[in-house]
Amino acid sequence: MVAEDLERLHRQSPEEARQSTLKDVAIAIRGLEVGFGGSPIIQDLDLDIYRGEVIGIVGGSGTGKSVLMRTVIGLNKAQAGSVWAFGEDFLTLSYFEQRRIEKRWGVLFQQGALFSALTVAQNVQVPMREHIRGMPQELMDEIASMKLSMVGLPPDAAPKLPSELSGGMKKRAGIARAIALDPEILFLDEPTAGLDPIGAAAFDDLIAHLRKTLGLTVVMITHDLDSLVTVCDRIAVLADKRVKLVGTIDDMLESDHPWIREYFHGPRSRAAGVGKR
Amino acid sequence: MGQSAAIGNQPRISQDRTDGSATLQAGGAWVATNSPPLFESLKALSFHKDEPILVDLNRIDRLDTAGAWLLYRTVRDLRAAGHDVEYRGGTEEQMSLIEQATAHDALCLIEPPEPNVAIRMLEDIGASVMRVGGQATASLAFVGLLMETLWRYTSKPQRFRLTATVKQMELIGLNAMPIVGLISFLIGIVIAHQGAYQLRLFGAEIFTVNLVVTAVLREFGILLSAIIIAGRSGSAFTAEIGSMKMNEEIDAMDTLAISPMDTLVVPRFIALVVMMPLLTFYADVVGLLGGGLISWLSLGIEPMQFLERTHDVILGWDLGVGLIKAPIFGALIALIGCYEGLATEGSAESVGHHTTKSVVESIFMIIVLDAFFSIFFTTIGV
Repeated sequence: MVAEDLERLHRQSPEEARQSTLKDVAIAIRGLEVGFGGSPIIQDLDLDIYRGEVIGIVGGSGTGKSVLMRTVIGLNKAQAGSVWAFGEDFLTLSYFEQRRIEKRWGVLFQQGALFSALTVAQNVQVPMREHIRGMPQELMDEIASMKLSMVGLPPDAAPKLPSELSGGMKKRAGIARAIALDPEILFLDEPTAGLDPIGAAAFDDLIAHLRKTLGLTVVMITHDLDSLVTVCDRIAVLADKRVKLVGTIDDMLESDHPWIREYFHGPRSRAAGVGKR
Repeated sequence: MGQSAAIGNQPRISQDRTDGSATLQAGGAWVATNSPPLFESLKALSFHKDEPILVDLNRIDRLDTAGAWLLYRTVRDLRAAGHDVEYRGGTEEQMSLIEQATAHDALCLIEPPEPNVAIRMLEDIGASVMRVGGQATASLAFVGLLMETLWRYTSKPQRFRLTATVKQMELIGLNAMPIVGLISFLIGIVIAHQGAYQLRLFGAEIFTVNLVVTAVLREFGILLSAIIIAGRSGSAFTAEIGSMKMNEEIDAMDTLAISPMDTLVVPRFIALVVMMPLLTFYADVVGLLGGGLISWLSLGIEPMQFLERTHDVILGWDLGVGLIKAPIFGALIALIGCYEGLATEGSAESVGHHTTKSVVESIFMIIVLDAFFSIFFTTIGV
């Protein structure tokens, strides 16, 4: 998928975009513009996220990767454009309708964003406690234990407070909370940042495993070339305020956009074995 | 024999029995949101001893991990009870979810176990003693460090940060003038008003002036300013220094060979020690103004008469007693504020905790010291 396909997305009518999210597209972003006074950070951005894929979003610092993610999940306001999810324009929905859609995705923030006053297991139980009326405590305990085991945390981490965990364990616990209600889409903000290479590789495996077993769609912002190569099906490059290129790693390697060339042909990418392909 | 049959996407579980073997028929949406009713109906199932059971997944149209877990735990418990259980009719994805549930069956503790009450009490007492002891040593060390830093300025005055100190003076003193003034003015009014009401009972209205002058100059001026400054600046010291500590800025200063004592603590300390008497004097004047206004309006004591009377009443020490306390309270607020800031432990929660502690400790110490001063000054007769 190369630049002309982005042109096709750009020409789609809102109805076509809406229809697409009822089929194989999980989220369709059209003409998105976000800014905080001054010139916009993101302008006229189009992107389709397919069901069941792992898509990596890359871009230099300050190109608005996090802003894009925060806007799609409703934490930032957009000045223009639409975000279609499950056949509805998320940004125009009322507060309560947005809450309903939000239950269908989970988010992992960069530092895990665990509630510091609750234990790890209680953190995982929060979504169940809040959104499922009358869930028996016994069942919540069991399901929380299962989710913690699924993300590879040892049982003795469950009764600990988040402050007692290492960075990698916090992120695993964050994922366990994000998948507590079996979301369809998982957003990850720099999931491997701050982890050692072994921990990062294990985290990539975890994402691939969860995606396979739970049938998740994963959207991840990352700088980690290893993650991009090993777990991402497609990569979207943010540059010049929009998605400049979206495609597989091979498409990236063929591109002659200066930033993309430097990113995927630089010394670090050779170390990650990207150039060899 | 069948029980419960709902329609559409409703989750359901029913039980059929044909000679010697039972079938569990699961259908509908077995998802997290439907788990409470499913949990109850699964609990209500009962089987003959040792009969083989078939779990039929054919009519399940949606299954997530919560549903898979419910199926798995039912099967696990039945197997443990001696039944021969098998799944039938599940799709590949459904079976893989059930496999996940099987692989991740490890119930863990949700909260740390509560220790025995007696042991916990002893533990708490021990921990408090250790904490108080540690804090006493640490705060004494902090005072010592401050004294040492101040002493070093006598030989190296260029280390003293004049700009930072003046900036702090503005923040602590000048910017606090509106709130300190307003509160002193109102308290002056309240004392005069209440005093006049009582003193009128035996025709001694004129002594309202004595009451206002003594109360405002000796106690209220300084006490109110100190409490406002503890809440306003003491808390700010802790929060500022605490968040710098959280952000590793204090460590960065250390590695750059910049002393946080020089840059952060001393300017705040000096500024507060200097500004506190000035603020107190200002609070005194505004408090008297408030008292004078009410005396004029409700008792008819003319401003000039009020001033003359004030002049007669102040016998040297009233103003002094209030002002002597000011730098001491100022030093106390600065010490506690900065100490608590530096004692922060790198989380937002800790910053909040230490800020609260700083304000509560400052106000507590101010009032304790004030009571002590009050008795002291009365005893020595000034």
